[in-house]
Amino acid sequence: MIDLLFGPFLEFGFMRRALVGCLALSLSAPPVGVFLMLRRMSLMSDAMSHAILPGAAVGFLVAGLSLPAMTLGGLAAGLAVALMAGFVTRSTVIKEDASLAAFYLMSLAGGVLLVSLRGSQIDLLHILFGSVLALDDPALWLLGGIATVTLFGLAALYRPLVMECVDPLFLRTVSRAGGPVHYAFLGLVVMNLVGGFQALGTLLAVGLMLLPAIAARFWAADLSGMIPVSVLMAILSSVIGLNVSYQADVPTGPAIVLAAGALYLGSMLVGRRGGLVWRLFRARHLEA
Amino acid sequence: MSCDVPGAIALRGLTLGYDRHPAVHHLEGIIPPGALLALVGPNGAGKSTLLKGIAGEIPCLEGRIERPGLDEAIAYLPQAAEIDRSFPLSVLDLVAMGLWRRLGPWRSARRHQSTLLEALATVGLAGFEKRLIGTLSGGQFQRALFARLIVQEARVLLLDEPFTGVDGRTTADLLGLIGIWHGQGRTIVAALHDLGQVRSHFPHSLLLAREAVAWGPTERVLTAPNLARAQSLSEAWDEDAAVCAGHDAGGTEPAHRHDHAGPHDHSGHPSSAHDHHGHAA
Repeated sequence: MIDLLFGPFLEFGFMRRALVGCLALSLSAPPVGVFLMLRRMSLMSDAMSHAILPGAAVGFLVAGLSLPAMTLGGLAAGLAVALMAGFVTRSTVIKEDASLAAFYLMSLAGGVLLVSLRGSQIDLLHILFGSVLALDDPALWLLGGIATVTLFGLAALYRPLVMECVDPLFLRTVSRAGGPVHYAFLGLVVMNLVGGFQALGTLLAVGLMLLPAIAARFWAADLSGMIPVSVLMAILSSVIGLNVSYQADVPTGPAIVLAAGALYLGSMLVGRRGGLVWRLFRARHLEA
Repeated sequence: MSCDVPGAIALRGLTLGYDRHPAVHHLEGIIPPGALLALVGPNGAGKSTLLKGIAGEIPCLEGRIERPGLDEAIAYLPQAAEIDRSFPLSVLDLVAMGLWRRLGPWRSARRHQSTLLEALATVGLAGFEKRLIGTLSGGQFQRALFARLIVQEARVLLLDEPFTGVDGRTTADLLGLIGIWHGQGRTIVAALHDLGQVRSHFPHSLLLAREAVAWGPTERVLTAPNLARAQSLSEAWDEDAAVCAGHDAGGTEPAHRHDHAGPHDHSGHPSSAHDHHGHAA
């Protein structure tokens, strides 16, 4: 059993690298996902992940399949879309989801166009679906760095971020932090999407961010519980996904995201907080 | 006439509104420090808009609000509907938000634990600190928001229909709290609908119908003729309204319309608005 679970990681360096990369991502992305979910911005992060594509494509056109170039490009494109969408939301009648949809669609179309200008089908597949089994040293450093910055950043932003989620009007009356906090949070989202894009590809980058976060809602009542549970879920998904992908010889990115999806479905069924199974039994009510 | 009294809030020819349509029109007057003022008026009279304006939430279309030295000292209780109550936050954490100005983003609230628990006890929510805000009833949630106001220790409190959906006993408790704040010399402006409440607890009133219909001691403001005029003044906004040319204070004229050809009467200040100037507490 243990051999089956850990054998591939002991045996192959590339599996260990994949595991380390996924663990780094599992530490940083789910907490961000918890906030996205609670702010009802789950789908917005999906849109953002597509917005990264043209930046990565420009990096790819300039420097070929080079990690730093594609990362920088992705970061720049993601932040640009986030800032523009945020600016339009704050200064016109357009709501955040609509303005983001407008910008990410333009961004995604531009990205696909750019990639197909020079790259082959394989390059496009690589960008769309990631390459977690080919993480090199710089990629691991990048994922580790993103995890570090994200965790420190969330710790620093935690209080105003929660206040902005619950009662943005109150935060506005007592402080001007609301705007900067919102943008800093969007920055963290983009960073984690770029990290996820290295491992899982642009299409699935949000997988490790959102699925564990949403699953955690079925186990914990408040933030202090949800965040650790979501991290745990992501780590589990990574280990399971990598194993399944190795044993069954299926693509790794989808395997990890499907593992997270299975955990979500399981949580939805048996989770202590609102799981469907618990509806079958009517718990005896309390006295007061 | 001057607004040099520290802590006073002066409204100078104030017009607030949305999309160029005024919701508060050419309002002129001073809220002295320590005032306990009720905002009264029919739906759409501009009560909430005026509170938002004083809180700095919306920009002035014309005129200005002078609040020297008060930018940091205003607490604003909006209508509760604007808060995300599905967010998994404990009641204690909600109340602790009131400490923001003292703690900022990082300092620990642990030292203030007793302050928070006292505030909860004051509003009758002792023992509720670990409950999630989504599990509170409407009235309990309003009490929690009052606890947050207590913790804020603001010099000026703006309350927008604070007793909507709150039962009689809770309302009495919260009115008692407002009385205590008044006794401590804080300025309180509350938008209210219950005229009985206003008559028995609020020494001063501003009767709004986009313009000030009357402003002064409550018994002289809430008279039958004034209330009838407020009702008749509050009409739906006119999509084709002409651009307002006048800068009159527009309180004493029976109806301040914009389709009349003659020049505005610029001497038409509402006499009642100026009753206040000598009333510095």
